[in-house]
Amino acid sequence: MTTPASPKSGGTGHTASTWERLQSDRNWLGFWFMVPAAFFLLFFLAYPLGKGVWMSLTDIKIGRPGQFVGLENYEELILYDKTFLYATGFTLVYTAIASAIKFALGLYLAILLNNNMPFKSFIRSIVLIPFIVPTVLSAIAFWWIFDSQFSIISWFLRKINLIDHNINFLGDPLMAQATVIFCNIWRGVPFIAITLLAGLQTVSPSLYEAATLDGASRWQIFKNITYPLLTPIIAVVMTFSVLFTFTDFQLIWAMTRGGPVNATHLMATYSYQKGILGGQLGEGSAIATAMVPFLLAAIMVSFYGLQQRKWQQGAKE
Amino acid sequence: MTFSRRSLLKGGAGLAALAGLSSEALLDYAKAWAQTAQWKPEAGATINLLRWKRFVQGEEDAFVKIVAAFEKANNVKINVTNESFDDIQPKASVAANTGVGPDIVWPLHVTPHLFPDKLVDMTDVAEYLGKKYGGWVPVAELYGKAKGGAMNGKWICVPVAINGGYMNYRIKAMNDAGFSKFPDKTDGLLELCKALKAKGTPAGFALGHASGDANAWLHWLLWSHGAFLVDKDDKVIINSPETAKALEYCKALYETFIPGTPSWNDSNNNKAFLSGELYLTANGISIYAAAKASGDAKQLAIAEDMDHAFFPLGPSGKPAELQLAFPLMVFKYSKAPQACKAFTAFMLEANQFNPWLEGAAGYLTHCLNAYDANPVWTADPKRAPFREAAKRTLPISGLGSVGEKAATAVADFVVVDMFANYCTGREDLKGAIAQAERQAKRIYR
Repeated sequence: MTTPASPKSGGTGHTASTWERLQSDRNWLGFWFMVPAAFFLLFFLAYPLGKGVWMSLTDIKIGRPGQFVGLENYEELILYDKTFLYATGFTLVYTAIASAIKFALGLYLAILLNNNMPFKSFIRSIVLIPFIVPTVLSAIAFWWIFDSQFSIISWFLRKINLIDHNINFLGDPLMAQATVIFCNIWRGVPFIAITLLAGLQTVSPSLYEAATLDGASRWQIFKNITYPLLTPIIAVVMTFSVLFTFTDFQLIWAMTRGGPVNATHLMATYSYQKGILGGQLGEGSAIATAMVPFLLAAIMVSFYGLQQRKWQQGAKE
Repeated sequence: MTFSRRSLLKGGAGLAALAGLSSEALLDYAKAWAQTAQWKPEAGATINLLRWKRFVQGEEDAFVKIVAAFEKANNVKINVTNESFDDIQPKASVAANTGVGPDIVWPLHVTPHLFPDKLVDMTDVAEYLGKKYGGWVPVAELYGKAKGGAMNGKWICVPVAINGGYMNYRIKAMNDAGFSKFPDKTDGLLELCKALKAKGTPAGFALGHASGDANAWLHWLLWSHGAFLVDKDDKVIINSPETAKALEYCKALYETFIPGTPSWNDSNNNKAFLSGELYLTANGISIYAAAKASGDAKQLAIAEDMDHAFFPLGPSGKPAELQLAFPLMVFKYSKAPQACKAFTAFMLEANQFNPWLEGAAGYLTHCLNAYDANPVWTADPKRAPFREAAKRTLPISGLGSVGEKAATAVADFVVVDMFANYCTGREDLKGAIAQAERQAKRIYR
């Protein structure tokens, strides 16, 4: 990949200056093309991330510089801060349950939508609605739907005499946790469904035809053709889904602000509460930084997974 | 409080402001005032003023008039920026650090104490106003004067007003529960709540992260039992028998509440009260003001049937409320400190401050004793308790020093979570206190 050195023309005695060579050398040219992208990555991603990690090692407060305190923030969080431990635990539970259900429902919906039916494209676009509505708006709607006094669900069940008092959706810790998970699922399913649908459509119909001729059952077709061919897409979409769910903020903040009694705090909301509202930027950054290993793990799974042939090609080697 | 007030009251209680002065009369007064005032604004100066976003339109209208009159009379330009009050402290902190930003900032309670050395000494303004208007209430001095450091004992800000919150109750429901007047002791309050529950007209107080309502009533509950997060030397003393009593009391009270209070934010009690499901709660004047301004027959009936009362006295026997303070401060880097001082003094002169207070319709309470006579407090007897808000409140720090740590503890819901943890059964008595103690020690280390 090297440029042929420009022939030294002894006649004029001209040699290219370093600067000129930097301008025309192919290797350097590649570097120049990379500079803008590298700048963006370094300046807008690496720098804030590094700064966040650095801040988590100080006792910085909003508007004021901090002192280096080493791992004290982490020590405090992990050893003594019960809310942090609850929040971490709930974040994991929230992500695990929501992602699993979203995947199951999304796949099911994708397979349904992959069938030929009337108004196909119309139905497909309708499915996307929960994903299109701004999260805060849908969260506020849910907040009303599950309000302790004005819940329409409670109202309806009371009207038909199934219950005699309001259901305490957001006031009881367990109920509130279930409620926010439900809302996250409602919002996340379309993304998975539509992406998997796109994947399904790349599966060649001839494979299905061959399988049908061989007398394969629907379950066998799904297990041996659809699912393996879909794995790469599943890996990508589930990585994204896990990342989005793990870092969820808006839904919780609009509906419960982490309440009742901090039962629905996710790491992201707790970090915001400590760092921005409480002004303890150092501790807030420590909570945010503590999310990184989990996120990294999720990315690694799909990264290494995608390198495997099996995942790439959907078949055993 | 914040969310509900702003949204519910838009355009609502501006009527009172109309009673204020006309712009021309105000300008004449401003000119005459400028002749005699001891602060001579720098000619042609521009002042940038950052303030909290109004609760109620009438207050802002009156404020805008004051600004306009001052500008014309003194040949000064004032640019006013409004921000939601969570955002003011960060912005002020950055301005203090960098030396660039608004000249005047009108933040919440402790903000001036984060950087006393960066602020203009306002002692002359505060003393002038104090002398002329019957003196400052004690809490104004706590918020106003710096403690320790180079500015020790000097006024670093001028506490303009306090935003009060009190008991909101339905009169008929209270009478039906066997009470002819609102109880003035915590024991009585518990009896009332029990009776209200028995009658199917329950009480409810926010136990969620309601930064206004939950902090206000739970700090009162703690303090009225003689328990505090820290003592006067900022030593953490939350682990005390008094705290345990306060928690037990709160749990007994909680048993009588309408379901769902642990999920409540600042607007839930407003909504539930106005829809006729809730008969007793703690809130600012916003429920009443919104009901009156609504024009809706059902809500007007609620306004008619409701009243306000002080937070009852607890075992400590002393008023111990938590109300929000709004002090006004001037940065040293300002190129027009005299103009800023003159504006501050001008605003708090009776001619301006009275219409402003009326415009605020009970949302805001003065810190200068002479304004007790303002008609806003007598025009409607249901506003009367709010007149005392500045006299009955402790600073946000309780017994401790007014400063950032106190504000952090409140913003972090240390006290609110302690009560909520115990009431909902998430923690036992010891666990709830231990957790709060740990958090407080961390903040006050």
